[in-house]
Amino acid sequence: MDFTLSDEQRALTEMVEQFTEAEITPNAKDWDEQHHFPIATLRKAADLGLAAMYVKPELGGSGLSRLEAALVFEKLAMGCVSTTAYLSIHNMVTWMIGHYGSSTLHEKYLSHLASMQWTASYCLTESNAGSDAASLITSARRDGDCYIINGAKAFISGATQSHVYAVMVRTGELGPKGISCILVDKDTPGLSFGKLEQKLGWHSQPTAMVFFENCRVPISQLLGVENSGFSIALTALNGGRVNIAACSLGGASACLKASLAYVQERSQFGKNLSQFQHIQFTLATMATQLDAARLMVYRAAAAIDNQDTPLVTQCAMAKKFATDVCFEIANQALQLHGGYGYLKDYPIERFLRDLRVHQILEGTNEIMQTIIAKRLLEA
Amino acid sequence: MKILVAVKRVIDPYAKIRVNADQTGIETHNVKLSMNPFDEIALEEALRLKEQGLASEIIVISIGPIQAQETLRQGLALGADRAILIQTDQDLEPLVIAQLLNRISLREAPQLIILGKQAIDNDANQTGQMLAALLNWPQATFASKVTIDQQRVTVEREIDGGLQTLAFDLPGIITTDLRLNTPRFAKLPNIMKAKSKPLEIIASETLGIDLTPRLTTLSIKPPPIRPKGILVHSVDELIDKLRFEAKVI
Ligand SMILES: Cc1cc2nc3c(=O)[nH]c(=O)nc-3n(C[C@H](O)[C@H](O)[C@H](O)COP(=O)(O)OP(=O)(O)OC[C@H]3O[C@@H](n4cnc5c(N)ncnc54)[C@H](O)[C@@H]3O)c2cc1C
Repeated sequence: MDFTLSDEQRALTEMVEQFTEAEITPNAKDWDEQHHFPIATLRKAADLGLAAMYVKPELGGSGLSRLEAALVFEKLAMGCVSTTAYLSIHNMVTWMIGHYGSSTLHEKYLSHLASMQWTASYCLTESNAGSDAASLITSARRDGDCYIINGAKAFISGATQSHVYAVMVRTGELGPKGISCILVDKDTPGLSFGKLEQKLGWHSQPTAMVFFENCRVPISQLLGVENSGFSIALTALNGGRVNIAACSLGGASACLKASLAYVQERSQFGKNLSQFQHIQFTLATMATQLDAARLMVYRAAAAIDNQDTPLVTQCAMAKKFATDVCFEIANQALQLHGGYGYLKDYPIERFLRDLRVHQILEGTNEIMQTIIAKRLLEA
Repeated sequence: MKILVAVKRVIDPYAKIRVNADQTGIETHNVKLSMNPFDEIALEEALRLKEQGLASEIIVISIGPIQAQETLRQGLALGADRAILIQTDQDLEPLVIAQLLNRISLREAPQLIILGKQAIDNDANQTGQMLAALLNWPQATFASKVTIDQQRVTVEREIDGGLQTLAFDLPGIITTDLRLNTPRFAKLPNIMKAKSKPLEIIASETLGIDLTPRLTTLSIKPPPIRPKGILVHSVDELIDKLRFEAKVI
């Protein structure tokens, strides 16, 4: 087992760190306050190869491993968790098109998605199909060379801004075996959006419902084969979980870094906060938890790279552990900042609000436990 | 046109620097090192000249320990075509650096050499000038704007009174100032591919230059720690302190 990064991996994280400090960190507060979707900055990131990170180079991607992509998301999220999380969803969908799409779809989408001239969203959840995603009812009916899509997707990240929507729809029997994944363009007649959701965090990207009313889409927009959509959706989510967990690592490390600086500046009872043992132990625990989370996330990412058999379990464990622990680290950081931590003058409350949703989406952390337990009991 | 760009590995400008325990230098152990910011600007300028079709090849060169390969790889990831490391563990003085660069220039025959105006560790600001003298080439230092038309190079440079414009015919030497350009970030795929570009390592002793330093550093001391401030209670007290303690009025 080798725990050291290669020269290239170090160079890559250093570059992303500098990019984050120059382009993201100084703006994240404004994006949060103004609910601004920073497409110009995202395009700058895309120009460096950050939008199609684990798509093969032959298809115009950067050809990174999942581990390397996780390192990148972690660094970016130190500046802005919400923007990075959106970029991770975009990367996930771009990978889905690269991996499962026909050459026609590659031609049509990949270069635009790699440059982020177009952006992408992932549409699985419905109002009545959240954790039980396989019960979804949005339907696609064949009509000649087209599918006609009807239904509604809920909680769609990037909705209204994204140009392409990877939509899980029912094309066959009830349950997971009757679901297909179809790409729907934003300008398709019959596609519309609900009002923007008002959220606790993730303000730099919109979330909305997406409605489909007799949307006619050519059958060439199908990803993979008919009725294989649920397995595509879940395979993509393994990577999505690692990515979102990596975003949590970044948010938590930013909080730890800010706390280390704060406790050495702030004095009470005639001493720096850093001189109280309780404060020292809190910092030590935060750093230890962060490191443990990091190891799990990196291992899960490597499991996808190597296609190790327990990868589903490892991704689920890493997602649950890292998103829980990193939220707790942000919470501790807020406590260490005292009343100032609760104010928007410091970035901690933003990290806390942005990190909270990672325990809910890409499969709730309870669903992660059902995934882990199922495999434990099967073994 | 072939361009040679000299890059130095230095302590990162944002790292906390500390004097080492025996006060002979700066602690470099466990400190982040990166490409000298002025050299990043030098390389960026070379890349832009290549993008304008004015340069055919960019060679990055560094003189330093084996770890300086990392800095050269960064240069390759940014777009340089190949790299040369003159390996040494010794701390070399500007004249020696200029002599080593001179050797490589004679071998590589670049038409333009771009260097940072100084390295942020020792702030010597001598290498470019000395190299120009050794090669007997024209030099334009502290460049804030560079334009090239055929063989004619026009350089705007920052001087105390404002801007000065110089022109010379190639070959020549340019050293870069901060406002010349904003260096780009390396693209991910290029970072991954940097290892496949050629990087030649030359042992410094093989170039026939006397590397012995002429200067001896006696000691390096950190600046005195600023004492804690005090609160004065009246203007009179302030004036008194300024006059008799600080002795500034
Ligand atoms: C900001 C935001 C962005 C989102 N972006 C997207 C997106 O881009 N695309 C997309 O498809 N979806 C997206 N989602 C949806 C998200 O994936 C779902 O919210 C999530 O899967 C949970 O579904 P639900 O909200 O319906 O909760 P429910 O499934 O109703 O769950 C409610 C609670 O019950 C628990 N629970 C449910 N079933 C079980 C069980 N069997 N055992 C134990 N506990 C259980 C859950 O863990 C949860 O705590 C987003 C959500 C949010 C908030």
